[in-house]
Amino acid sequence: MILAATSSEVARIFLELGAVILGLAVLARVSDRLEVSPIPLYLIAGLAFGQGGIVELDVSEDFVELAAEIGVILLLFTLGLEYSAEELRTSLRRGAPVGGVDIVLNATPGALAGWLLGFGAKETLLLAGITYISSSGIVSKVLRDFEWLGNRETPSVLTTLVLEDLVMALYLPIASAILLGDGAAKAVLAIAVALTILVLVLFGALRYGEILSRLVSARSDEALLLGVVGLTLLVAGLAQEVNISAAVGAFLVGIALSGPVQQRTTVLVNPLRDLFAALFFLFFGLRIDPSDVVGALLPAAMLAGVTGATKVATGAWAAGRDGVGTRGRLRAGTALVARGEFSIVIAGLGASAGVDSDLGPLAAAYVLMLAAAGPLAARYADRRPRIVPQ
Amino acid sequence: MSEVRETDLPGVGTRYDFRTDHGTNVSVLVHRTGRREIYVYDRDDPDRCQSVLTLTAQDTLTLVELLGASRVTAHLAAMQQQLEDLTIDWIDVSAQSRWVGRTLEEAAVHTRTGVSVVAILRGADTLSAPGAQTQILAGDRLVAIGRPDGVAQLDRELSEPVS
Repeated sequence: MILAATSSEVARIFLELGAVILGLAVLARVSDRLEVSPIPLYLIAGLAFGQGGIVELDVSEDFVELAAEIGVILLLFTLGLEYSAEELRTSLRRGAPVGGVDIVLNATPGALAGWLLGFGAKETLLLAGITYISSSGIVSKVLRDFEWLGNRETPSVLTTLVLEDLVMALYLPIASAILLGDGAAKAVLAIAVALTILVLVLFGALRYGEILSRLVSARSDEALLLGVVGLTLLVAGLAQEVNISAAVGAFLVGIALSGPVQQRTTVLVNPLRDLFAALFFLFFGLRIDPSDVVGALLPAAMLAGVTGATKVATGAWAAGRDGVGTRGRLRAGTALVARGEFSIVIAGLGASAGVDSDLGPLAAAYVLMLAAAGPLAARYADRRPRIVPQ
Repeated sequence: MSEVRETDLPGVGTRYDFRTDHGTNVSVLVHRTGRREIYVYDRDDPDRCQSVLTLTAQDTLTLVELLGASRVTAHLAAMQQQLEDLTIDWIDVSAQSRWVGRTLEEAAVHTRTGVSVVAILRGADTLSAPGAQTQILAGDRLVAIGRPDGVAQLDRELSEPVS
């Protein structure tokens, strides 16, 4: 595509892209200064410069769209990379009840809201996922920034995140099978195929992950980076081909990598992910008309209020199980409130499958609120005046 | 020596806690990257801690040197005098051993041989009183206490390839 373009077109593409990425850089800087997550800022930028925005930016859509797709794949890959197979297993053994409570408390409000808003079955399923999944990016930033890593409630918070990870591995293929399949019978078949492949791959990844890690392992960072990214894209493509969604494929590769390779890959891939994920959030905003978001503000605020509270309850309950005191429980709950990248990934899945166009603006407004409110709530929980016993 | 509790932090590393003789709760967070942080807990809110020190791998070595790494050995020597019919041995783990990568619990060291692993010397680190979930890695030096035949059996299992 770019090869065929004339030199003046190339110049235009570079100018646009450069301006866009510089704009994102400014936003990242602002978010760092304000100590907030950059995700809401990227979304707002997308809204402001997309269709119906203040200025309609005519960026090279093809390139940004491809970059956004790669962003999703890298987001899920690094999510899988974050936890070793062993950690997934232990968390599942120790925290299964927490995972269950998390689903019931946080996916139900989303599903109910979908029903109340008159959404179809597909949109309702997606909305349940959007309200369920916490932003592991924002949560771990909160834990680090507030120096909560050593706190006694932190293992409960991390276990909850790990379990949400596992639930995503099941949810994404089911959701994509339902989105892509038409008709109930076909959808059931698609789900069955998707789950079978998922279980096989997950089992293989846990069992033979070490061999895979050894295969991609290389002394030079360059060779390792290229090997890992190539493998991830390849598996993502294969997964898409059999309708389990490219993101899940990438996620599974992330899980399969273990040991020293896992550490080095994280360091190498993170900058790449940051670049492409920023473009993904921007692109998601670009496709949404800001006036629709204004219309979705009220339901989004109500949904954010309810699911913020249910997430606090989830975290508090999980920490309580581990014998943590009242204030620690409050910290665990507020730490988990933030929704972010994965809610947008789920909404993005819907957008590419062409579901009801009301879902995108609602998800954008919802994530804007909770991505900002989560860290604020956590800060409040940390500085809350001490209750002096009588 | 005080009891050390180990907690896994998925995606982050491992936290080790102990209580000092003066009653302060201290924990050391070992990040997967090798970075270490030392935390001290709030007296009013025992779940909340404050970071006291952040150490790189190199800093850790320096600190260990200053605090005296030989404490474990001294501790063990004293024990040997008290328990005459028990043996203390330093067992090197060979890469070929079938227990490499398994936890102490999986290897059922204590139940099968009656031997207690009181410490693991791993590179520059000393894991004192390792928990049941501690993994045995190639190159570890296990400090084991038990009856002579049990210690000999464990030595064979850890230093020889799978038979």
